[in-house]
Amino acid sequence: MKTCLVVDDSRVIRKVARRILEALGFQVAEAGDGADALNACRAEMPDAILLDWHMPVMSGPEFLRRLRREPGGADPRVIFCSAETELARIREALDDGADEFIMKPFDAEIVVGKLVAAGVA
Amino acid sequence: MTPRERDYVAALCAARAGLGLDVERPYLIENRLAAVARREGFGSVSELVRALRERGEERLVWAAVEACAPAHSSFFRDAEVFEALAGELQAAAEQGAALRVWSAACGAGQEVYSLAMLLDERGVEGVELFASDLSERRLEKAQAGIYSQFEVQQGLSARRLVRHFANGEDSFVLDPELRRRVRWRRLNLLEPATDLGAFDLVLCRYLLGALAPSARERVVGHLVAALRPGGRLVLGAEEAPPRACGLAPVAGAAGVFEIPAGVRAAA
Repeated sequence: MKTCLVVDDSRVIRKVARRILEALGFQVAEAGDGADALNACRAEMPDAILLDWHMPVMSGPEFLRRLRREPGGADPRVIFCSAETELARIREALDDGADEFIMKPFDAEIVVGKLVAAGVA
Repeated sequence: MTPRERDYVAALCAARAGLGLDVERPYLIENRLAAVARREGFGSVSELVRALRERGEERLVWAAVEACAPAHSSFFRDAEVFEALAGELQAAAEQGAALRVWSAACGAGQEVYSLAMLLDERGVEGVELFASDLSERRLEKAQAGIYSQFEVQQGLSARRLVRHFANGEDSFVLDPELRRRVRWRRLNLLEPATDLGAFDLVLCRYLLGALAPSARERVVGHLVAALRPGGRLVLGAEEAPPRACGLAPVAGAAGVFEIPAGVRAAA
């Protein structure tokens, strides 16, 4: 079973994402910020990460930069999931190592499409 | 909307555009007509239908028919089909061929723009892209190349989004260079298109299922008539043309059909 870590400071978003991902057969773990997410990845690297941008303690972009320097940190497919819609910022995220980008609000169809595009579903 | 009104609209759409509306699901028809009724200042769909019957105003008739035509479209629907087509076009263009592609029933343009993006990414020049739709409103949207956040997340990768689009006002605007690559025209596929010239590739994807059976043969006949010898018709991945059209599937390419060589020679 593939694993996905959902990183978002909103419990509601984590819950919605979990429901969509579990319906797709993923085993889902959750983290409320980038620091928690980094600890979770050090314990067990997931196949995919659904990552919010703006979070307390450690932002999504900061988490991504640190993740990619971790042993095995190049492996997970990282899909940003953010209210950010500025293409310049999305380009930055891709340049920093993100595989895909979802602009909130999202639905199951968009998540599935992006997981497929990222090569993880 | 009464059953009588529903049947009137269904008959109108069948006569004008060959559409086979699903009369078992009248709420879908009503939903689409509600937008037209609002736009045209009618208090209800019933009022709109009464005006259609009594006024016989062509502009209003077409507004209703166009609204009932299939509208769903997305970028890179069946991505592997587009990759294969772009590869074939690239190979032919590199041999020096001047190629022409027609996206028939192009909707809001996502299909023809998907091809335009691929050709741009591969640096392929010399492919003429032509697109048509029954709906004037959808053609206007296509030509403007302006898409919502939801639309650009259907089938379009983030890398393609940042490469080919700019931020608009609560929207995303396709690169003007790509928009300029496509020529547009309003066309009713039920009528023969005699002045378009011949095409190497005609795309008409996921339309046949929305047509009345009697219209399918006529529409496909018009599309086939626009093919150059050796040209191909591309339907939806699980669609097939009516048997009477005499097309043969191309091996290994779902939804792609051509006129068999023997038939071409005889013609």
